[in-house]
Amino acid sequence: MTHARSKYSRGTPSGGTLLDTARIRADFPILNRQVNGRTLIYLDNAATSQKPRHVIQSIVDYYERYNANVHRGVHTLSVEATDVYEEARRKVARFINAPSEKSVIWTRNTSEAINLIAYSWGDANVGEGDNIVTTAMEHHSDIVPWQQLARRKGAQVRYIPVGRQGALDMAVARNLIDRRTKLVAAMHASNVLGTINPVGELALIAHAVGALMLVDGAQSVPSMPVDVQALGCDFLAFSAHKMCGPTGIGVLYGREDVMERMQPWMFGGDMISEVTYEGAKWNDLPYKFEAGTPNIADAIATGAAVDYLDELGMGNVWAHEQALGAYALERFKELEEFHVMGPRDPGLRGGLVSFFHDTVHPHDLGQALDRMGIAIRTGHHCAMPLVRGHGIAAAARASFYIYNTEAEIDALIDGLKDAAGYFARK
Amino acid sequence: MQSLEGLDELYEQIVLDHYRNPRHSDLLTSPAVDIEVNNPFCGDEIRLQLKTGDDGRVSAVSVAGRGCAISQSSGSLLTELVHGKDAAGLHGTVTLVRRLMKGDPVSEAEMDALGDLSALSGVRKFPVRIKCALLAWSALEEAAEKLEQGAK
Repeated sequence: MTHARSKYSRGTPSGGTLLDTARIRADFPILNRQVNGRTLIYLDNAATSQKPRHVIQSIVDYYERYNANVHRGVHTLSVEATDVYEEARRKVARFINAPSEKSVIWTRNTSEAINLIAYSWGDANVGEGDNIVTTAMEHHSDIVPWQQLARRKGAQVRYIPVGRQGALDMAVARNLIDRRTKLVAAMHASNVLGTINPVGELALIAHAVGALMLVDGAQSVPSMPVDVQALGCDFLAFSAHKMCGPTGIGVLYGREDVMERMQPWMFGGDMISEVTYEGAKWNDLPYKFEAGTPNIADAIATGAAVDYLDELGMGNVWAHEQALGAYALERFKELEEFHVMGPRDPGLRGGLVSFFHDTVHPHDLGQALDRMGIAIRTGHHCAMPLVRGHGIAAAARASFYIYNTEAEIDALIDGLKDAAGYFARK
Repeated sequence: MQSLEGLDELYEQIVLDHYRNPRHSDLLTSPAVDIEVNNPFCGDEIRLQLKTGDDGRVSAVSVAGRGCAISQSSGSLLTELVHGKDAAGLHGTVTLVRRLMKGDPVSEAEMDALGDLSALSGVRKFPVRIKCALLAWSALEEAAEKLEQGAK
């Protein structure tokens, strides 16, 4: 795989291609923060990424210079706000190679995007005896909406099992996906195992039986080049806050012809073209699915986040994450009593490592690392069935992003040794 | 060694001892109340069982579960504080433990009554862990309510 060289990337002696983190880190004010007397080492990027100054400034600029409602009125500020807001939508469309910005809907987050599909498309297209196929490694946000839809409709939810090496069992998937399957919904990259799932292959299997394919891109869109046309998916859901953008805004991409046939799921201002006392006509895509004044500032900031990532080049971002993931896997090998979850082959996974210790609970590990200024995630990672399937109630997770370095992974490994030693001695 | 000294306030020796060697963790046969609670935020689990005598006072207790050192040691420490108490006495102890965790003033006599559990008082300096420490106590509160309602 070759990547366009950005001014932010460089080769490394260790063989992987890392981004120029010194330069990138200067763009992230929060990385100078002290936590418990140490400079912050932020390794909880799968939960949310930090934000570059450029993104933060775009929110300030909007509120200080051209704050106005969009799609209303002829005054200068409203026109400016509308232009920047809609340009952000076009940037997102280009970022995921959507054929048209009409198929890019702003939502609050990935969960809301998936719920939109469950209500708007699911209620109209899933019936008694039908099934929805998802995976056993899914985030709760790609399980619970389907369970609820199945309950409303008398349908069934099926789960593609996860094999020992943390990969989906595709042979079973082929059997589970049948003529009564209406939708296949799968995460592109696992937030616990790090696995990259073959969602393009799942889309082919789904389409062969007339089902649609939804990809949960919450963990993949921030980290790798994602091309909805190449994947062949019908829906893609993701959140801005994991990709340098603000919280409170997410994206649903939907194939235009599918969404043209879907009914709105929320009603109100902006989503109508004509209202009488008797009824209303719906607005065109994408506005049909965006009732009320949108989250203008955060949409604009999402555009700024896309600019920032485009500047780095998503191929370079992915190479960086994979190099850090591989480095971390290698370093974990020297830790006794720690067990890494997910694929052993670093080529099959992204830039995160979930792990647990023989005796020290993840929360206690996380607490000890916090004393050293190192932020990791501990808990069930919103994937209770998956984590429990490993015979544990919780796991710890270190997840990497564009500003993380091998030195920070070294500090993590040292910190884990110290933490385990601390609890062993006491 | 990095700066782990500050952790000693949270992980007192006695706390880790209760975590590793939980007291009264064998399940009871035909308990009067049997409560399971979990912390959905982190997945920690506690199962608490009580038996009572004819006088309505606790005669046997079991706490089992899985989770972090704080949630599990707190459950084990709880088992040492409930024997011979009736529902009102249990409520009183729950209230006292809550006050301790919130950082409310607790008298010396009250601290004595809490025995080894006083070792958990360092938790109040780690606000996100207070929920861990109180998990078993929320089960005890529920158990006391059931006893009051005359369960079984």
